Amino acid sequence: MASQLPPEFIVKIDYDHCRRCRRCVMNCSFGCMQFKDKVVPDHKKCVACHRCVTFCPESAITIAKNELAYKENANWLPEVRQNILKQAETGGILLAGMGNPRPFQILWDHMLIDACQVTNPSIDPLREPMELRTYLGKKPNLLEFTDRNGEVDLATTLQPQIKLDVPIVFAAMSYGAISLNAHKALALAAKRSGTLMNTGEGGLHEDLYSYAGNIIVQVASGRFGVHSEYLNTSAMVEIKIGQGAKPGIGGHLPGEKVGEEISKTRMIPAGTDALSPAPHHDIYSIEDLSQLIYAIKEATDYTKPVGVKISAVHNVAAIASGIVRAGADVVTIDGFRGGTGATPMVIRDNVGIPIELALAAVDQRLRDEGIRNNASILCAGSIRNSADVAKAIALGADAVVIGTAALVAMGCRVCQNCYTGNCAWGIATQKPELVRRLDPQVGSERLSNLLKAWGNELREILGSLGVNSIESLRGSRERLRGINLDEQTLKLLGIKPAGIGQ
Amino acid sequence: MVMRIDCKGMYYRILNKIIRDAINEGETEFILDNVNGQRYIGNGINNDVKITINGVPGNDLAMFMNGSYITVNANAQDGVSNTMNAGEIIIHGNAGDVVGYGMRGGKLYIKGDVGYRTGIHMKEYKKKVPLIIVGGTAGDFFGEYMAGGIMILLGLDKNEDTPIVGDCIGTGMHGGVIYVRGEIEEHTLGKEVSVFNLDKKDEKILNKYLKEYCDYFGFDFDELMSKPFIKLLPISSRPYGNLYAY
Repeated sequence: MASQLPPEFIVKIDYDHCRRCRRCVMNCSFGCMQFKDKVVPDHKKCVACHRCVTFCPESAITIAKNELAYKENANWLPEVRQNILKQAETGGILLAGMGNPRPFQILWDHMLIDACQVTNPSIDPLREPMELRTYLGKKPNLLEFTDRNGEVDLATTLQPQIKLDVPIVFAAMSYGAISLNAHKALALAAKRSGTLMNTGEGGLHEDLYSYAGNIIVQVASGRFGVHSEYLNTSAMVEIKIGQGAKPGIGGHLPGEKVGEEISKTRMIPAGTDALSPAPHHDIYSIEDLSQLIYAIKEATDYTKPVGVKISAVHNVAAIASGIVRAGADVVTIDGFRGGTGATPMVIRDNVGIPIELALAAVDQRLRDEGIRNNASILCAGSIRNSADVAKAIALGADAVVIGTAALVAMGCRVCQNCYTGNCAWGIATQKPELVRRLDPQVGSERLSNLLKAWGNELREILGSLGVNSIESLRGSRERLRGINLDEQTLKLLGIKPAGIGQ
Repeated sequence: MVMRIDCKGMYYRILNKIIRDAINEGETEFILDNVNGQRYIGNGINNDVKITINGVPGNDLAMFMNGSYITVNANAQDGVSNTMNAGEIIIHGNAGDVVGYGMRGGKLYIKGDVGYRTGIHMKEYKKKVPLIIVGGTAGDFFGEYMAGGIMILLGLDKNEDTPIVGDCIGTGMHGGVIYVRGEIEEHTLGKEVSVFNLDKKDEKILNKYLKEYCDYFGFDFDELMSKPFIKLLPISSRPYGNLYAY
């Protein structure tokens, strides 16, 4: 069937400046740029990944939206009609990459942070100690001490804790969804910055075993590459129940991406599809979840925290309460804007709830039930800058999780074509000639720089708040105010509207 | 030296810690008496030890196990060999649901029946090919999502009108092989599998493993082989390859 899809973008070449060096042709991984005595773009193939634009030495390429590809209509938007055409031509489920791009209200941008003036002095973070250190894991209900002739010792046995130098960890992205070089960059950066990366559900490549102290290993429904050595080569084990971009949906790594190294890491034959069922088939209840948590604790001899990751859905607070009662030491909540390597578009764009509301609801519920100290909360699903981090922590998170932000730092242009495996930036691809484009050292430096910058901005925010540790901001919703929010939303977030004092 | 533990009334965490600590000190053989529902026995053991269980072990027996030999002289419960990597388990009785979930290597020999979702998402990689043999009957979703390995279902000592296996056999199966001793009704098959005739290689596999099986449980090999087997294979290693629009 001949395709009726008009091109989404128009690639404009400034032939007066073009040197015909063909660098754009070499860099285009989507087959858009061709050379026929001059560079000729095939507009239909352009995904606006901006690889050619970035690497053109003469800045002779611009990419524009194909403005009147579809006649204007405020209801039948271009993307709506484009999707119908795609489905009419293939009969397929629409796939999507990255997070929900639809223009829902971003609640972070409707929250404002407090600061000190006169009555309570602010602190200068450049000259005074400012603590970002965070510990993940179950905290005791109370601390008991022994006193032997004035020598005081802690009598309470502490549960395993992970020390983070900065309250930001890298999100679960599997080797398969992203390249080995991307995994290496994340592991290197996690080690350098004193935080954690997360394997996702594709196992851990042997090259990364030496980064065990900075790695969260994930156990998901497909159990790919999960064995006792894997569980023990980690700082923490995470059971993946859900992902914000695809609540209730399993995973599917197409056979084309299962090459020799992925095959070895996932422990499946090369070329076969790696299917992760939607549920874990040994978990149909909170009791079953508890069984898996303790199976992992037995296998790791109670030396590591065990976390559970869920997507933010309507009943998230009650579910999180169950998870904590089931014995989880860390709960990760992933909001509906969280990213994905591949997911049905209808799920990514329509299922789940915003992380801001989910986080507020979970933190409040656990406090109300007196079990908040039993688990740390990790907040995920589109944390875009250090202000989002500060607001999340004030709403009750112990630390935040960044996926898309980390990918952007490494070079991602959010073209949302991760599922095609053609990532021109060497991130969401397994093609060796593309993977090589991402240097793990450079990638890790960019990631560490981002964490360093956000860390320093957090110190500035803490200083202006007049506190000297992130611990003092945690769950302190009194330091947040809402702007342009309705009463119900303010109530759910547990914050007052801007303009109201204490 | 054999370490003998009376498990009567013992909490699973204490029992498993005793076993782990003893293994770390070089113990290689255990006999567990009066076992009654203690979970996770053999969980994550990487050493070559022998464990004999007298009584019914609890859920997730031998989960993440990597190379031990376990005999159960009774029934077992749910999740036997969950995500197991290597080793051998012999159960002189029935086993529960989700037996062999994500099993990646080793052998599981069950004398009696099994519940639902046996061998779900079993997978193989090169020389690691997991094996489950069930002497009796099996519940629904036998071999669901199966991605590799071998399962053999024998249907011994069953009533004439009891079906050998429930519905939805091999739903989502995309690798591995299932052998069934007897006939299967077409409507009980998942849509991703088909019935095939056995070839020489299959006979070799059956001979090898069923001889071992008969030795463990005292069945007569020739009698067992006197009834024909069928083979179930996935139609495609990529059952969902054409589901999506790019």
